[in-house]
Amino acid sequence: MPKKIKRNYVLNLLGVLLLFFALFALFETGVLGSRSSYFMGIATTACYTIIMVTSLNLLVGILGEFSLGHAGFMSVGAYASAIVTNALADQNIPTFVLFLIALAAGGVAAGVMGVLVGIPTLKLRGDYLAIVTVAFAEIIRVAFTNFQITGGGRVMSGIAKLSNFYWVFWVTVICVTVMYLFIRSRFGRTVKAIREDYIAAEASGVNVTFYKVMTFTISAFFAGIAGAIYAHYMTAMIPTSFNFNYSAEFLTEVIIGGTGSMTGSVIGAAFLSALPEAMRTFAKYRMLGYSVVLVLIMIFRPGGIFGTWEFSLGKAVDRLTGKAKKEVPEHE
Amino acid sequence: MSEKKPVLKASHLGIQFGGLKAVDDFNMEIGESELIGLIGPNGAGKTTVFNLLTGVYQPTEGAFYLCGEKMNGKKPHQVVAAGVARTFQNIRLFKKLTVLDNVKVSMSRTMKYSMGSAIFRTGRYWAEEKETDEKALELLRIVHLEDKAGYIAENLPYGQQRRLEIARALATGMKLLLLDEPAAGMNPTETAELLEIINDIRDRFHISVLLIEHDMSLVMKICERIQVIDYGVTIAAGTPEEIANHPRVIEAYLGKDDE
Amino acid sequence: MSILIQSIVNGLNQGAIYALIALGYTMVYGILRMINFAHGDFIMVGAYTMFYTVPLMVSYGMPAWMAVFAAVVVCTVVGVLVERIAYKPVRNSGSISALITALAMSLFLENLAMVLFGGNPKTVTKIFDLPMIELFGAKIQMKYLLTLGIGLAIMVALTLFVRMTKLGKAMRAVPQDREAATIVGINVDRIITITFAIGSALAAVAAMMYVSTYPRCTTDMGSMMGIKAFIAAVLGGIGIIPGAMLGGIIVGLIEILVKVYLAPGWYEAITYGILIVVLLIKPSGILGKNAGEKV
Repeated sequence: MPKKIKRNYVLNLLGVLLLFFALFALFETGVLGSRSSYFMGIATTACYTIIMVTSLNLLVGILGEFSLGHAGFMSVGAYASAIVTNALADQNIPTFVLFLIALAAGGVAAGVMGVLVGIPTLKLRGDYLAIVTVAFAEIIRVAFTNFQITGGGRVMSGIAKLSNFYWVFWVTVICVTVMYLFIRSRFGRTVKAIREDYIAAEASGVNVTFYKVMTFTISAFFAGIAGAIYAHYMTAMIPTSFNFNYSAEFLTEVIIGGTGSMTGSVIGAAFLSALPEAMRTFAKYRMLGYSVVLVLIMIFRPGGIFGTWEFSLGKAVDRLTGKAKKEVPEHE
Repeated sequence: MSEKKPVLKASHLGIQFGGLKAVDDFNMEIGESELIGLIGPNGAGKTTVFNLLTGVYQPTEGAFYLCGEKMNGKKPHQVVAAGVARTFQNIRLFKKLTVLDNVKVSMSRTMKYSMGSAIFRTGRYWAEEKETDEKALELLRIVHLEDKAGYIAENLPYGQQRRLEIARALATGMKLLLLDEPAAGMNPTETAELLEIINDIRDRFHISVLLIEHDMSLVMKICERIQVIDYGVTIAAGTPEEIANHPRVIEAYLGKDDE
Repeated sequence: MSILIQSIVNGLNQGAIYALIALGYTMVYGILRMINFAHGDFIMVGAYTMFYTVPLMVSYGMPAWMAVFAAVVVCTVVGVLVERIAYKPVRNSGSISALITALAMSLFLENLAMVLFGGNPKTVTKIFDLPMIELFGAKIQMKYLLTLGIGLAIMVALTLFVRMTKLGKAMRAVPQDREAATIVGINVDRIITITFAIGSALAAVAAMMYVSTYPRCTTDMGSMMGIKAFIAAVLGGIGIIPGAMLGGIIVGLIEILVKVYLAPGWYEAITYGILIVVLLIKPSGILGKNAGEKV
């Protein structure tokens, strides 16, 4: 591994650890007083929203396909994980392990759904693909409303509260990191090529079908993990929570943050999920504001606020120490 | 001595769209290291032949073979794996990717590291990426673009974009290279450079080339044999001299002389 | 037997409502090649307008249905504004940009309505006081036939308009090749605005027929209804005017019949299932023709 890259990886790890300990200190040392758990709740919400937005960005920004049904994958993950943990409730499994099982169940179930959605949509473009993703998400909602095991249309409650913020933090870090590394590899390169021109990609030997389905599956997998976190944080949920409006919200956050920028998705998601709480009094203007911002972005800055720019601690350090220079981009 | 199979053999290849026969009874044989030209007026069906030979269209009649292996029914990426690569009449680059990445995409097929390797950044990942970087740079060198490796593809001037497409096609490791109007829109200097590059490619890789072109000077200079099609039908085939004086060819391009 | 007749009648009414909405979608898509996600919300605008104007009309001693004129005006203004402010700047940015902008406008209209009218549903007072007839034991509201009739009338009028008039021909030229249309002297901007105006006016009429069957207005009534009507348009053949009618009727009938006979909880899923099947098998719809992509 090139020396510089190693240094960057260490830097990133240190940065994340620093953030973790800062948040730990914030929540544990009574600085926030009795409101500690409230803010931890916001932080947890921000985390699963970050996973949702970054995984959607994989589909929309990197593969260039439209998805308005991402909440459907989250829903599958949420319900699958809840069913599994409910079934294992009396087995005396340590909570941490149970948490991991929940994540795995949610991710895998959603991933399978991703394959089921990905395959039929292969031949569809833009507008039609968008509507089909909505259709799938709605069918999922109707299905969960009808199945008894998912509450039969009413609230499914009594889910174990396994989502401890500190665990969730690291799960989020791992998820985003994995996605980022995926994008910066031959897989991400190929998927981007498909986005740019799928005919040229085929002519370059790329099996477009395979990569498209793979990307849908991976995107859905992480959405499922987010769903599992959601279910075991809220401890109660109803299928209509995962509706079209929720999917539209995620898509809005992807676009505003910047399609193709993980940084944009992370910051956008964190900011926008903390916003509703900060703006309690303005709650009813929130989505109104989003939609106006979205239109403005589409007109003036279609790439989103961050475009395809990625924040890099390594590059920031370089610039601070005056070592930055222009060269052929090294592989990271 | 056993007879060597031709790199490409097309036999009564044809495609019909509804009532229209876009390509009819197309026959061609290309041997190793040969450079053949495919010419004809606009709309004659030349790009359609390319689309047939690359699996984009499935023939409705006839067959074609690559080194003896039947290619009918193969999907485009399978045809590439078998050894055919192409460039496009209207440039189709991966616009927002870098020049280097454009070439590396073609090599993805032969890279072996798994997703696990990518995520855990194993030694294998770094080794293969480095190797690919070097091979890709080498190809860029051949088309005289090595100093543009970090540029975003859509920022290149037109002529360089065409050369990038060639590098990307070369990166597939093909035995047969199909070039669709590589000199279109180029000035004489650029065309001369292109000629040099094509000859260089042939010397280095011993690959066969099938070339669609409208620039007659290029075609006459570089092609060993030429095939002419009009309205999907082959009207002449032979050496450049034979074709230049062939009455039907002259008629197809210039119209019938009424005198 | 009477249940069957009743169901078919209800299905036809539901279908006619979908068809009216679908006509607007298909017109805009046919001319502009964009899915106006906000179309369903134009209907919501029309419905809320009528919530206010129907009592107004009645208090002036006018027939209630004349409130639709106010709705037409409001919807047309909204539609043209949306087009000018939001859609026009992104017209040439690709279909995904257009789609996202349409989605944003849809969200905007819904949330604006929420701010203006509040979250509580509003009930529109009765518009039509038409008799109910009994046929084979089924109760058929005359207003259902009115819905069907209006739908057919509009379909015929639109088809004639697009085929016979100069403006209609211009409208057909635009999606074929915008540049060419400009060159032969067609004012593409004006055509697009007119298309939106007509589509939005249609939305107002659709709103009236919708609220006469389902008088409850909510701010989110538009989006789901819009998607289902879009499915109807796709089923019949997007961009093809009779296709909207055909698709709407079929979807309406299937929904009601499934609801009554098969599985009441699943009927919505059937509509979405239809869409997926159609797009997989014949994306151009029942009445549509295929067109490939040039390599």
